[in-house]
Amino acid sequence: MKFKLSFVALLATVALSLPVALLAEEVKTAAPAQAALSSAQTAALAPAVTAAPAAAPATPAAPKNVDPVLNTGDTAWMLVSAAMVLFMIPGLAFFYGGMVRGKNVLSTIMHSFVAMGIVGVQWAVIGYSLSFGPDIGGGLLGNLSKALLNGLITFKDGNPVYALFQNVPTAPGAIPEYVFAMFQCMFAMITVALISGALAERVKFSAYCVFVLLWTTLVYDPLAHWVWMSDGWLFKKGALDFAGGTVVHLSSGISALAFLIFLGKRHGFPHERMAPHSLPLTMLGVGMLWFGWFGFNAGSAIVGANCSDAAGGLAGLAFATTTIAPAAGGLSWMIAEWIHAGKPSALGFGSGVVAGLVVITPAAGFVQPGAAILMGLAAGVVCYGGVLLKAKLKYDDSLDAFGVHGVGGTFGALTTGIFATVGATGLLSGNVSQFLTQVIAVVAAGAYAFIVTLVIAFVLHKTIGLRVEKEDEIMGLDQTQHSESAYN
Amino acid sequence: MKLIEAIIKPFKLDEVKDALTEIGVEGITVSEVKGFGRQKGHTELYRGAEYVVDFIPKVKIEIAVADEVVAKVVETIENTAKTGRIGDGKIFILPLDEAVRIRTGEKGAEAI
Repeated sequence: MKFKLSFVALLATVALSLPVALLAEEVKTAAPAQAALSSAQTAALAPAVTAAPAAAPATPAAPKNVDPVLNTGDTAWMLVSAAMVLFMIPGLAFFYGGMVRGKNVLSTIMHSFVAMGIVGVQWAVIGYSLSFGPDIGGGLLGNLSKALLNGLITFKDGNPVYALFQNVPTAPGAIPEYVFAMFQCMFAMITVALISGALAERVKFSAYCVFVLLWTTLVYDPLAHWVWMSDGWLFKKGALDFAGGTVVHLSSGISALAFLIFLGKRHGFPHERMAPHSLPLTMLGVGMLWFGWFGFNAGSAIVGANCSDAAGGLAGLAFATTTIAPAAGGLSWMIAEWIHAGKPSALGFGSGVVAGLVVITPAAGFVQPGAAILMGLAAGVVCYGGVLLKAKLKYDDSLDAFGVHGVGGTFGALTTGIFATVGATGLLSGNVSQFLTQVIAVVAAGAYAFIVTLVIAFVLHKTIGLRVEKEDEIMGLDQTQHSESAYN
Repeated sequence: MKLIEAIIKPFKLDEVKDALTEIGVEGITVSEVKGFGRQKGHTELYRGAEYVVDFIPKVKIEIAVADEVVAKVVETIENTAKTGRIGDGKIFILPLDEAVRIRTGEKGAEAI
Protein backbone atom coordinates (compact mmCIF):
# COMPACT_ATOMS: atom_id res chain seq x y z
CA MET A 1 0.00 0.00 0.00
CA LYS A 2 2.87 2.40 0.82
CA PHE A 3 4.23 1.94 -2.64
CA LYS A 4 0.91 2.84 -4.19
CA LEU A 5 0.52 5.88 -1.99
CA SER A 6 3.92 7.13 -2.92
CA PHE A 7 2.88 6.58 -6.50
CA VAL A 8 -0.05 8.90 -5.93
CA ALA A 9 2.31 11.44 -4.37
CA LEU A 10 4.62 11.14 -7.32
CA LEU A 11 1.78 11.56 -9.75
CA ALA A 12 0.48 14.62 -7.95
CA THR A 13 3.94 16.13 -7.93
CA VAL A 14 4.30 15.54 -11.63
CA ALA A 15 0.84 16.96 -12.26
CA LEU A 16 1.72 20.05 -10.29
CA SER A 17 5.20 20.48 -11.69
CA LEU A 18 4.04 20.36 -15.29
CA PRO A 19 2.29 23.70 -15.12
CA VAL A 20 5.19 25.01 -13.00
CA ALA A 21 7.36 24.65 -16.06
CA LEU A 22 4.80 26.67 -17.98
CA LEU A 23 4.76 29.14 -15.16
CA ALA A 24 8.48 29.83 -15.40
CA GLU A 25 8.06 30.76 -19.04
CA GLU A 26 5.00 32.73 -18.37
CA VAL A 27 6.19 34.87 -15.47
CA LYS A 28 8.43 36.79 -17.82
CA THR A 29 5.55 37.72 -20.06
CA ALA A 30 2.89 38.11 -17.44
CA ALA A 31 3.86 41.48 -16.12
CA PRO A 32 3.48 43.53 -19.29
CA ALA A 33 0.45 41.54 -20.27
CA GLN A 34 -1.03 42.21 -16.92
CA ALA A 35 -0.78 45.92 -17.53
CA ALA A 36 -3.19 45.41 -20.36
CA LEU A 37 -5.86 44.63 -17.84
CA SER A 38 -7.71 47.84 -17.41
CA SER A 39 -7.73 49.37 -14.00
CA ALA A 40 -11.47 49.19 -14.12
CA GLN A 41 -11.24 45.45 -14.46
CA THR A 42 -8.92 45.20 -11.52
CA ALA A 43 -11.16 47.36 -9.45
CA ALA A 44 -14.14 45.39 -10.55
CA LEU A 45 -12.85 42.55 -8.43
CA ALA A 46 -11.72 44.51 -5.45
CA PRO A 47 -13.11 43.10 -2.24
CA ALA A 48 -11.04 45.68 -0.42
CA VAL A 49 -12.22 46.14 3.09
CA THR A 50 -9.71 48.81 3.62
CA ALA A 51 -9.47 51.74 1.30
CA ALA A 52 -7.69 50.46 -1.77
CA PRO A 53 -5.87 53.19 -3.63
CA ALA A 54 -5.50 50.91 -6.64
CA ALA A 55 -9.23 50.71 -6.88
CA ALA A 56 -9.83 54.43 -6.83
CA PRO A 57 -9.21 55.06 -10.55
CA ALA A 58 -12.00 52.66 -11.32
CA THR A 59 -14.62 55.27 -10.75
CA PRO A 60 -13.01 58.55 -11.69
CA ALA A 61 -16.39 60.17 -12.15
CA ALA A 62 -17.55 59.39 -8.67
CA PRO A 63 -17.18 62.16 -6.14
CA LYS A 64 -14.32 61.60 -3.76
CA ASN A 65 -14.50 61.50 0.00
CA VAL A 66 -18.18 60.78 0.01
CA ASP A 67 -19.11 58.73 3.03
CA PRO A 68 -20.49 55.38 2.01
CA VAL A 69 -24.16 54.99 2.52
CA LEU A 70 -25.78 51.81 3.72
CA ASN A 71 -27.56 50.12 0.85
CA THR A 72 -30.42 48.21 2.43
CA GLY A 73 -31.23 46.20 -0.72
CA ASP A 74 -27.68 44.91 -0.99
CA THR A 75 -27.56 44.27 2.73
CA ALA A 76 -30.77 42.26 2.62
CA TRP A 77 -29.48 40.12 -0.26
CA MET A 78 -26.15 39.55 1.43
CA LEU A 79 -27.82 38.47 4.67
CA VAL A 80 -29.93 36.01 2.69
CA SER A 81 -26.91 34.85 0.67
CA ALA A 82 -24.89 34.21 3.81
CA ALA A 83 -27.72 32.14 5.29
CA MET A 84 -28.06 30.22 2.02
CA VAL A 85 -24.36 29.36 2.02
CA LEU A 86 -24.74 28.08 5.58
CA PHE A 87 -27.59 25.89 4.30
CA MET A 88 -25.14 24.23 1.92
CA ILE A 89 -23.33 22.65 4.86
CA PRO A 90 -26.19 20.40 6.02
CA GLY A 91 -26.68 19.85 2.28
CA LEU A 92 -23.10 18.63 2.05
CA ALA A 93 -23.62 16.54 5.19
CA PHE A 94 -26.56 14.73 3.56
CA PHE A 95 -24.78 14.51 0.20
CA TYR A 96 -21.84 12.78 1.84
CA GLY A 97 -23.87 11.04 4.56
CA GLY A 98 -26.00 9.12 2.07
CA MET A 99 -22.96 7.87 0.22
CA VAL A 100 -21.33 6.07 3.14
CA ARG A 101 -22.37 2.80 4.71
CA GLY A 102 -25.12 2.91 7.34
CA LYS A 103 -22.66 2.46 10.19
CA ASN A 104 -20.83 5.70 9.31
CA VAL A 105 -23.60 8.10 8.40
CA LEU A 106 -23.60 10.10 11.64
CA SER A 107 -19.83 10.42 11.74
CA THR A 108 -19.84 11.65 8.14
CA ILE A 109 -22.60 14.16 8.86
CA MET A 110 -20.65 15.30 11.91
CA HIS A 111 -17.61 16.04 9.77
CA SER A 112 -19.61 18.80 8.11
CA PHE A 113 -21.44 20.01 11.20
CA VAL A 114 -18.39 20.18 13.44
CA ALA A 115 -16.71 22.33 10.80
CA MET A 116 -19.49 24.86 11.39
CA GLY A 117 -18.63 24.79 15.09
CA ILE A 118 -14.86 24.98 14.86
CA VAL A 119 -14.58 27.38 11.93
CA GLY A 120 -17.47 29.52 13.23
CA VAL A 121 -15.35 30.33 16.26
CA GLN A 122 -11.97 30.33 14.50
CA TRP A 123 -13.23 32.79 11.89
CA ALA A 124 -14.44 35.27 14.47
CA VAL A 125 -11.27 34.98 16.55
CA ILE A 126 -8.55 35.10 13.87
CA GLY A 127 -9.79 33.78 10.53
CA TYR A 128 -11.46 36.91 9.22
CA SER A 129 -8.54 39.07 10.20
CA LEU A 130 -5.97 36.71 8.65
CA SER A 131 -8.00 36.62 5.44
CA PHE A 132 -9.37 40.14 5.10
CA GLY A 133 -7.37 42.15 7.62
CA PRO A 134 -4.81 44.70 6.42
CA ASP A 135 -1.93 43.05 4.61
CA ILE A 136 1.18 42.29 6.60
CA GLY A 137 3.29 42.64 3.48
CA GLY A 138 3.77 40.73 0.29
CA GLY A 139 0.12 39.99 -0.16
CA LEU A 140 0.42 36.73 1.72
CA LEU A 141 -1.68 37.20 4.84
CA GLY A 142 -3.76 39.69 6.79
CA ASN A 143 -2.66 40.98 10.16
CA LEU A 144 -4.52 40.46 13.41
CA SER A 145 -5.97 43.95 13.77
CA LYS A 146 -9.44 42.60 13.09
CA ALA A 147 -9.12 39.65 15.47
CA LEU A 148 -12.39 38.99 17.28
CA LEU A 149 -13.97 41.06 14.50
CA ASN A 150 -12.45 44.06 16.18
CA GLY A 151 -13.26 47.46 14.73
CA LEU A 152 -16.46 46.47 13.00
CA ILE A 153 -18.44 48.41 15.55
CA THR A 154 -17.65 51.63 17.42
CA PHE A 155 -19.68 53.77 19.77
CA LYS A 156 -20.43 57.44 19.38
CA ASP A 157 -22.21 59.10 22.28
CA GLY A 158 -23.13 55.63 23.46
CA ASN A 159 -24.76 54.74 20.15
CA PRO A 160 -23.43 51.87 18.01
CA VAL A 161 -21.82 52.82 14.69
CA TYR A 162 -21.39 49.91 12.33
CA ALA A 163 -18.43 49.77 9.95
CA LEU A 164 -19.52 49.53 6.35
CA PHE A 165 -17.88 47.16 3.92
CA GLN A 166 -17.19 48.85 0.64
CA ASN A 167 -15.28 47.81 -2.40
CA VAL A 168 -14.73 51.27 -3.78
CA PRO A 169 -14.49 54.01 -1.19
CA THR A 170 -16.37 56.53 -3.26
CA ALA A 171 -19.19 54.27 -4.32
CA PRO A 172 -22.59 55.16 -3.01
CA GLY A 173 -23.62 51.76 -1.69
CA ALA A 174 -22.24 49.64 1.10
CA ILE A 175 -23.19 46.83 3.45
CA PRO A 176 -22.28 46.39 7.12
CA GLU A 177 -18.88 44.73 7.40
CA TYR A 178 -20.38 42.24 9.84
CA VAL A 179 -22.49 40.95 6.97
CA PHE A 180 -19.47 40.59 4.70
CA ALA A 181 -17.50 38.89 7.47
CA MET A 182 -20.27 36.36 8.07
CA PHE A 183 -20.82 35.74 4.35
CA GLN A 184 -17.13 34.85 4.10
CA CYS A 185 -17.33 32.80 7.30
CA MET A 186 -19.75 30.40 5.63
CA PHE A 187 -17.26 29.86 2.80
CA ALA A 188 -14.54 28.96 5.27
CA MET A 189 -16.85 26.50 7.01
CA ILE A 190 -17.88 24.58 3.93
CA THR A 191 -14.43 24.48 2.35
CA VAL A 192 -12.80 22.37 5.04
CA ALA A 193 -15.93 20.21 5.26
CA LEU A 194 -15.51 19.37 1.56
CA ILE A 195 -12.25 17.60 2.39
CA SER A 196 -14.04 15.21 4.72
CA GLY A 197 -15.47 13.42 1.69
CA ALA A 198 -12.06 11.88 1.11
CA LEU A 199 -11.56 10.85 4.73
CA ALA A 200 -14.94 9.34 5.48
CA GLU A 201 -15.33 5.96 7.17
CA ARG A 202 -11.86 5.77 8.75
CA VAL A 203 -10.59 9.09 10.09
CA LYS A 204 -10.29 9.54 13.83
CA PHE A 205 -12.70 12.26 14.95
CA SER A 206 -10.22 13.95 17.28
CA ALA A 207 -7.61 14.13 14.53
CA TYR A 208 -10.19 15.53 12.14
CA CYS A 209 -11.16 18.29 14.57
CA VAL A 210 -7.54 19.40 15.00
CA PHE A 211 -7.10 19.18 11.24
CA VAL A 212 -10.10 21.46 10.66
CA LEU A 213 -8.61 24.13 12.90
CA LEU A 214 -5.09 23.89 11.47
CA TRP A 215 -6.11 23.63 7.83
CA THR A 216 -8.49 26.57 7.97
CA THR A 217 -5.86 28.72 9.67
CA LEU A 218 -2.83 27.66 7.66
CA VAL A 219 -4.32 26.96 4.23
CA TYR A 220 -7.73 28.56 3.77
CA ASP A 221 -7.11 31.93 5.40
CA PRO A 222 -3.92 32.68 3.43
CA LEU A 223 -5.50 31.51 0.16
CA ALA A 224 -8.55 33.71 0.70
CA HIS A 225 -6.17 36.62 1.29
CA TRP A 226 -4.12 35.85 -1.82
CA VAL A 227 -7.10 35.63 -4.14
CA TRP A 228 -9.86 37.85 -2.77
CA MET A 229 -8.17 40.59 -0.78
CA SER A 230 -7.17 43.62 -2.84
CA ASP A 231 -3.68 43.39 -1.33
CA GLY A 232 -3.36 39.68 -2.08
CA TRP A 233 -0.61 38.78 -4.51
CA LEU A 234 -2.80 36.67 -6.79
CA PHE A 235 -5.49 39.32 -6.74
CA LYS A 236 -2.95 41.88 -7.84
CA LYS A 237 -1.89 39.58 -10.65
CA GLY A 238 -5.48 39.66 -11.86
CA ALA A 239 -6.36 36.03 -11.09
CA LEU A 240 -10.08 35.50 -11.54
CA ASP A 241 -12.03 33.58 -8.92
CA PHE A 242 -15.58 34.82 -8.74
CA ALA A 243 -16.86 32.68 -5.90
CA GLY A 244 -14.15 30.27 -4.86
CA GLY A 245 -13.11 27.85 -7.60
CA THR A 246 -9.50 28.18 -6.53
CA VAL A 247 -9.89 29.12 -2.89
CA VAL A 248 -12.66 26.67 -2.08
CA HIS A 249 -12.81 23.76 -4.50
CA LEU A 250 -9.32 23.40 -5.86
CA SER A 251 -7.73 23.89 -2.44
CA SER A 252 -10.01 21.43 -0.68
CA GLY A 253 -9.81 18.84 -3.46
CA ILE A 254 -6.03 18.93 -3.70
CA SER A 255 -5.74 18.88 0.09
CA ALA A 256 -7.97 15.82 0.19
CA LEU A 257 -5.46 14.04 -2.03
CA ALA A 258 -2.54 15.10 0.18
CA PHE A 259 -4.32 13.84 3.31
CA LEU A 260 -4.99 10.46 1.70
CA ILE A 261 -1.30 9.73 1.47
CA PHE A 262 -1.07 9.40 5.24
CA LEU A 263 -4.56 8.10 5.81
CA GLY A 264 -4.51 5.07 3.54
CA LYS A 265 -7.41 3.06 2.19
CA ARG A 266 -10.41 1.79 4.05
CA HIS A 267 -10.12 -1.84 5.14
CA GLY A 268 -11.59 -3.97 2.41
CA PHE A 269 -11.27 -1.31 -0.30
CA PRO A 270 -11.85 -1.92 -3.15
CA HIS A 271 -12.97 -5.56 -2.80
CA GLU A 272 -15.70 -5.21 -0.19
CA ARG A 273 -19.08 -3.78 -0.98
CA MET A 274 -19.04 -0.13 0.11
CA ALA A 275 -22.10 1.05 -1.71
CA PRO A 276 -24.01 4.15 -0.58
CA HIS A 277 -26.53 3.30 2.11
CA SER A 278 -29.11 5.98 1.19
CA LEU A 279 -29.07 7.66 -2.18
CA PRO A 280 -32.29 9.59 -1.43
CA LEU A 281 -30.32 11.33 1.35
CA THR A 282 -27.56 12.07 -1.15
CA MET A 283 -29.98 13.49 -3.71
CA LEU A 284 -31.62 15.62 -1.01
CA GLY A 285 -28.14 16.93 -0.29
CA VAL A 286 -27.58 17.74 -3.96
CA GLY A 287 -30.79 19.77 -4.00
CA MET A 288 -29.83 21.66 -0.85
CA LEU A 289 -26.37 22.35 -2.24
CA TRP A 290 -27.75 23.71 -5.51
CA PHE A 291 -30.19 25.95 -3.64
CA GLY A 292 -27.51 27.26 -1.31
CA TRP A 293 -25.08 27.73 -4.19
CA PHE A 294 -27.20 30.64 -5.45
CA GLY A 295 -26.12 32.49 -2.32
CA PHE A 296 -22.57 31.25 -2.79
CA ASN A 297 -22.26 32.53 -6.37
CA ALA A 298 -24.88 35.26 -6.75
CA GLY A 299 -23.88 36.59 -3.31
CA SER A 300 -20.32 36.87 -4.57
CA ALA A 301 -21.36 39.73 -6.84
CA ILE A 302 -20.35 41.70 -3.75
CA VAL A 303 -16.87 41.74 -5.25
CA GLY A 304 -18.24 43.66 -8.20
CA ALA A 305 -17.37 47.19 -9.27
CA ASN A 306 -19.30 48.59 -6.35
CA CYS A 307 -21.53 47.29 -3.66
CA SER A 308 -24.68 48.24 -5.44
CA ASP A 309 -23.93 45.26 -7.67
CA ALA A 310 -24.36 42.92 -4.72
CA ALA A 311 -28.04 42.73 -5.58
CA GLY A 312 -27.77 43.97 -9.16
CA GLY A 313 -27.19 42.77 -12.68
CA LEU A 314 -23.97 40.95 -11.87
CA ALA A 315 -25.78 38.94 -9.20
CA GLY A 316 -28.40 38.17 -11.82
CA LEU A 317 -25.75 36.90 -14.23
CA ALA A 318 -24.15 34.75 -11.54
CA PHE A 319 -27.59 33.40 -10.62
CA ALA A 320 -28.25 32.50 -14.25
CA THR A 321 -24.93 30.72 -14.79
CA THR A 322 -25.42 28.89 -11.47
CA THR A 323 -28.68 27.53 -12.87
CA ILE A 324 -27.40 26.66 -16.31
CA ALA A 325 -24.01 25.06 -15.69
CA PRO A 326 -25.14 22.47 -13.11
CA ALA A 327 -28.14 21.61 -15.28
CA ALA A 328 -25.77 20.89 -18.15
CA GLY A 329 -23.36 19.12 -15.77
CA GLY A 330 -26.06 16.74 -14.52
CA LEU A 331 -27.03 15.87 -18.08
CA SER A 332 -23.52 15.35 -19.38
CA TRP A 333 -22.44 13.12 -16.48
CA MET A 334 -25.65 11.13 -16.92
CA ILE A 335 -25.06 10.69 -20.63
CA ALA A 336 -21.36 9.87 -20.16
CA GLU A 337 -22.30 7.21 -17.63
CA TRP A 338 -25.11 5.92 -19.81
CA ILE A 339 -22.66 5.38 -22.65
CA HIS A 340 -19.75 4.16 -20.53
CA ALA A 341 -21.51 2.03 -17.92
CA GLY A 342 -24.84 1.26 -19.53
CA LYS A 343 -27.25 2.97 -17.13
CA PRO A 344 -28.01 6.58 -16.18
CA SER A 345 -27.67 6.53 -12.38
CA ALA A 346 -29.24 8.93 -9.90
CA LEU A 347 -25.90 9.34 -8.15
CA GLY A 348 -24.36 10.14 -11.53
CA PHE A 349 -26.87 12.89 -12.26
CA GLY A 350 -26.48 14.34 -8.78
CA SER A 351 -22.70 14.21 -9.03
CA GLY A 352 -22.87 15.95 -12.39
CA VAL A 353 -24.92 18.76 -10.88
CA VAL A 354 -22.30 19.24 -8.18
CA ALA A 355 -19.53 19.08 -10.79
CA GLY A 356 -21.30 21.77 -12.83
CA LEU A 357 -21.63 23.92 -9.73
CA VAL A 358 -17.96 23.49 -8.88
CA VAL A 359 -16.78 24.37 -12.37
CA ILE A 360 -18.98 27.45 -12.76
CA THR A 361 -18.04 28.82 -9.32
CA PRO A 362 -14.88 30.69 -10.36
CA ALA A 363 -16.57 31.87 -13.55
CA ALA A 364 -20.11 32.64 -12.35
CA GLY A 365 -19.96 36.41 -12.94
CA PHE A 366 -17.31 36.43 -15.65
CA VAL A 367 -18.96 34.31 -18.34
CA GLN A 368 -22.20 34.45 -20.26
CA PRO A 369 -24.83 31.71 -20.41
CA GLY A 370 -23.53 30.13 -23.62
CA ALA A 371 -20.15 29.56 -21.98
CA ALA A 372 -21.90 28.34 -18.84
CA ILE A 373 -23.56 25.57 -20.87
CA LEU A 374 -20.23 24.54 -22.39
CA MET A 375 -18.49 24.62 -19.01
CA GLY A 376 -21.29 22.58 -17.44
CA LEU A 377 -21.28 20.00 -20.21
CA ALA A 378 -17.52 19.66 -19.95
CA ALA A 379 -17.70 19.53 -16.13
CA GLY A 380 -19.86 16.41 -16.14
CA VAL A 381 -17.51 14.50 -18.38
CA VAL A 382 -14.26 15.77 -16.86
CA CYS A 383 -15.33 15.05 -13.27
CA TYR A 384 -16.75 11.65 -14.25
CA GLY A 385 -13.26 10.96 -15.56
CA GLY A 386 -11.90 12.40 -12.30
CA VAL A 387 -13.71 9.82 -10.18
CA LEU A 388 -12.70 6.99 -12.50
CA LEU A 389 -9.07 7.91 -11.79
CA LYS A 390 -9.56 6.46 -8.34
CA ALA A 391 -10.02 2.95 -9.69
CA LYS A 392 -7.07 3.35 -12.05
CA LEU A 393 -4.63 4.76 -9.50
CA LYS A 394 -5.86 2.69 -6.55
CA TYR A 395 -6.25 5.43 -3.96
CA ASP A 396 -9.30 5.56 -1.73
CA ASP A 397 -11.05 8.92 -2.01
CA SER A 398 -14.19 7.62 -0.29
CA LEU A 399 -16.66 10.16 -1.65
CA ASP A 400 -14.58 11.68 -4.45
CA ALA A 401 -13.61 14.98 -2.86
CA PHE A 402 -10.60 15.09 -5.17
CA GLY A 403 -12.38 13.65 -8.18
CA VAL A 404 -15.15 16.24 -8.10
CA HIS A 405 -13.76 19.27 -6.26
CA GLY A 406 -10.05 19.00 -7.02
CA VAL A 407 -10.47 18.14 -10.67
CA GLY A 408 -13.56 20.35 -11.10
CA GLY A 409 -12.02 23.32 -9.26
CA THR A 410 -8.88 23.16 -11.37
CA PHE A 411 -10.84 22.78 -14.57
CA GLY A 412 -13.16 25.64 -13.62
CA ALA A 413 -10.31 28.00 -12.75
CA LEU A 414 -8.62 27.28 -16.08
CA THR A 415 -11.76 27.52 -18.20
CA THR A 416 -12.63 30.81 -16.53
CA GLY A 417 -9.45 32.08 -18.17
CA ILE A 418 -10.75 30.76 -21.48
CA PHE A 419 -14.37 31.91 -21.51
CA ALA A 420 -14.37 35.15 -19.48
CA THR A 421 -16.13 38.01 -21.26
CA VAL A 422 -17.78 40.00 -18.46
CA GLY A 423 -15.57 42.32 -16.41
CA ALA A 424 -12.52 40.48 -17.75
CA THR A 425 -11.53 38.75 -20.95
CA GLY A 426 -10.19 35.26 -21.48
CA LEU A 427 -8.40 33.22 -24.06
CA LEU A 428 -11.30 33.14 -26.51
CA SER A 429 -11.36 36.93 -26.48
CA GLY A 430 -7.67 36.90 -27.31
CA ASN A 431 -6.42 37.53 -23.79
CA VAL A 432 -3.71 34.89 -23.45
CA SER A 433 -2.25 36.50 -20.35
CA GLN A 434 -5.48 35.98 -18.42
CA PHE A 435 -5.32 32.26 -19.08
CA LEU A 436 -1.71 32.14 -17.99
CA THR A 437 -2.58 34.08 -14.87
CA GLN A 438 -5.19 31.43 -14.12
CA VAL A 439 -2.51 28.76 -14.55
CA ILE A 440 -0.31 30.60 -12.05
CA ALA A 441 -3.18 30.80 -9.58
CA VAL A 442 -4.01 27.11 -9.98
CA VAL A 443 -0.42 25.98 -9.58
CA ALA A 444 0.35 28.31 -6.68
CA ALA A 445 -2.84 27.58 -4.74
CA GLY A 446 -2.71 23.87 -5.55
CA ALA A 447 0.93 23.48 -4.59
CA TYR A 448 0.52 25.51 -1.40
CA ALA A 449 -2.57 23.58 -0.32
CA PHE A 450 -0.94 20.24 -1.17
CA ILE A 451 2.29 20.89 0.66
CA VAL A 452 0.86 22.48 3.80
CA THR A 453 -1.77 19.75 4.07
CA LEU A 454 0.95 17.13 3.74
CA VAL A 455 2.78 18.73 6.64
CA ILE A 456 -0.35 19.00 8.80
CA ALA A 457 -1.33 15.41 8.03
CA PHE A 458 2.21 14.18 8.73
CA VAL A 459 2.32 15.92 12.11
CA LEU A 460 -1.10 14.57 13.10
CA HIS A 461 -0.15 11.11 11.82
CA LYS A 462 2.96 11.12 14.04
CA THR A 463 1.26 12.57 17.11
CA ILE A 464 -2.38 11.73 17.72
CA GLY A 465 -2.79 9.44 14.69
CA LEU A 466 -5.16 9.91 11.79
CA ARG A 467 -6.99 6.61 11.70
CA VAL A 468 -9.23 4.67 14.01
CA GLU A 469 -8.24 1.13 14.98
CA LYS A 470 -9.10 -1.59 12.47
CA GLU A 471 -11.69 -3.09 14.83
CA ASP A 472 -13.36 0.29 15.29
CA GLU A 473 -13.44 0.89 11.57
CA ILE A 474 -15.15 -2.44 10.97
CA MET A 475 -17.68 -1.76 13.71
CA GLY A 476 -18.38 1.68 12.25
CA LEU A 477 -17.47 5.21 13.28
CA ASP A 478 -20.94 6.11 14.55
CA GLN A 479 -20.61 3.58 17.36
CA THR A 480 -16.93 3.87 18.09
CA GLN A 481 -16.44 7.63 17.74
CA HIS A 482 -19.79 8.93 18.90
CA SER A 483 -21.58 6.09 20.77
CA GLU A 484 -24.62 6.57 18.59
CA SER A 485 -26.32 4.79 15.76
CA ALA A 486 -28.26 6.47 13.00
CA TYR A 487 -30.99 3.89 12.59
CA ASN A 488 -32.50 2.11 15.56
CA MET B 1 -49.03 -35.03 3.39
CA LYS B 2 -46.52 -32.84 1.71
CA LEU B 3 -44.88 -29.51 2.48
CA ILE B 4 -44.64 -27.36 -0.60
CA GLU B 5 -41.95 -24.67 -0.56
CA ALA B 6 -42.01 -22.19 -3.39
CA ILE B 7 -39.42 -19.47 -3.93
CA ILE B 8 -41.02 -16.81 -6.10
CA LYS B 9 -40.57 -13.21 -7.21
CA PRO B 10 -41.91 -10.86 -4.54
CA PHE B 11 -44.25 -9.00 -6.89
CA LYS B 12 -46.02 -12.29 -7.74
CA LEU B 13 -47.02 -13.00 -4.14
CA ASP B 14 -50.53 -11.53 -4.25
CA GLU B 15 -51.37 -13.25 -7.51
CA VAL B 16 -50.15 -16.62 -6.21
CA LYS B 17 -52.00 -16.17 -2.91
CA ASP B 18 -55.28 -15.35 -4.68
CA ALA B 19 -54.97 -18.33 -7.02
CA LEU B 20 -54.21 -20.69 -4.12
CA THR B 21 -57.19 -19.38 -2.15
CA GLU B 22 -59.37 -20.00 -5.17
CA ILE B 23 -58.42 -23.68 -5.33
CA GLY B 24 -59.14 -24.13 -1.65
CA VAL B 25 -55.77 -23.75 0.05
CA GLU B 26 -56.58 -22.47 3.51
CA GLY B 27 -53.26 -21.35 4.90
CA ILE B 28 -49.84 -20.31 3.69
CA THR B 29 -46.72 -19.06 5.43
CA VAL B 30 -44.68 -16.34 3.77
CA SER B 31 -41.08 -15.29 4.42
CA GLU B 32 -38.92 -12.65 2.82
CA VAL B 33 -35.70 -14.35 1.78
CA LYS B 34 -32.63 -13.65 -0.30
CA GLY B 35 -30.73 -15.96 -2.56
CA PHE B 36 -29.49 -16.75 -6.01
CA GLY B 37 -29.93 -19.46 -8.58
CA ARG B 38 -28.28 -20.12 -11.87
CA GLN B 39 -28.55 -16.52 -12.98
CA LYS B 40 -26.42 -15.45 -9.97
CA GLY B 41 -26.84 -11.94 -8.56
CA HIS B 42 -26.77 -8.59 -10.26
CA THR B 43 -24.36 -5.68 -10.36
CA GLU B 44 -24.74 -2.18 -8.99
CA LEU B 45 -22.65 0.70 -10.23
CA TYR B 46 -21.78 3.77 -8.17
CA ARG B 47 -19.60 6.39 -9.83
CA GLY B 48 -17.75 3.74 -11.73
CA ALA B 49 -17.30 1.41 -8.72
CA GLU B 50 -18.94 -1.89 -9.54
CA TYR B 51 -20.39 -4.10 -6.84
CA VAL B 52 -21.75 -7.58 -7.42
CA VAL B 53 -24.84 -8.21 -5.32
CA ASP B 54 -24.97 -11.97 -4.79
CA PHE B 55 -28.34 -12.28 -3.15
CA ILE B 56 -31.56 -11.19 -4.76
CA PRO B 57 -34.70 -10.61 -2.68
CA LYS B 58 -37.32 -13.35 -3.05
CA VAL B 59 -40.41 -14.55 -1.24
CA LYS B 60 -40.71 -18.06 0.11
CA ILE B 61 -44.17 -19.51 0.62
CA GLU B 62 -44.77 -22.72 2.58
CA ILE B 63 -47.97 -24.71 2.26
CA ALA B 64 -48.83 -27.96 3.97
CA VAL B 65 -51.24 -30.02 1.84
CA ALA B 66 -52.83 -33.43 1.63
CA ASP B 67 -51.25 -35.76 -0.94
CA GLU B 68 -54.17 -35.65 -3.35
CA VAL B 69 -54.00 -31.89 -3.95
CA VAL B 70 -50.23 -31.58 -4.31
CA ALA B 71 -50.27 -31.66 -8.09
CA LYS B 72 -52.96 -29.02 -8.33
CA VAL B 73 -51.26 -26.68 -5.89
CA VAL B 74 -47.92 -27.05 -7.64
CA GLU B 75 -49.53 -26.41 -11.01
CA THR B 76 -51.31 -23.31 -9.70
CA ILE B 77 -48.10 -21.84 -8.29
CA GLU B 78 -46.23 -22.66 -11.43
CA ASN B 79 -48.83 -20.97 -13.63
CA THR B 80 -49.29 -17.82 -11.57
CA ALA B 81 -45.65 -17.21 -10.55
CA LYS B 82 -44.33 -17.61 -14.07
CA THR B 83 -43.14 -14.57 -16.01
CA GLY B 84 -40.97 -16.50 -18.45
CA ARG B 85 -37.97 -14.37 -17.52
CA ILE B 86 -34.91 -15.43 -15.59
CA GLY B 87 -35.30 -15.72 -11.79
CA ASP B 88 -38.90 -16.92 -11.59
CA GLY B 89 -37.97 -19.30 -8.76
CA LYS B 90 -38.37 -22.95 -7.75
CA ILE B 91 -40.91 -25.21 -6.12
CA PHE B 92 -39.79 -27.91 -3.69
CA ILE B 93 -42.01 -30.74 -2.45
CA LEU B 94 -41.02 -32.31 0.87
CA PRO B 95 -42.55 -35.25 2.72
CA LEU B 96 -44.45 -34.15 5.79
CA ASP B 97 -44.66 -36.64 8.67
CA GLU B 98 -47.13 -34.97 10.91
CA ALA B 99 -49.14 -31.80 11.46
CA VAL B 100 -50.77 -30.62 14.68
CA ARG B 101 -53.35 -27.87 15.11
CA ILE B 102 -52.30 -26.29 18.37
CA ARG B 103 -55.74 -24.98 19.41
CA THR B 104 -57.62 -28.27 19.10
CA GLY B 105 -54.93 -30.91 19.11
CA GLU B 106 -56.14 -32.32 15.76
CA LYS B 107 -53.51 -34.22 13.85
CA GLY B 108 -52.67 -35.18 10.28
CA ALA B 109 -54.77 -33.97 7.33
CA GLU B 110 -57.37 -32.72 9.78
CA ALA B 111 -54.93 -30.21 11.11
CA ILE B 112 -54.12 -28.69 7.74
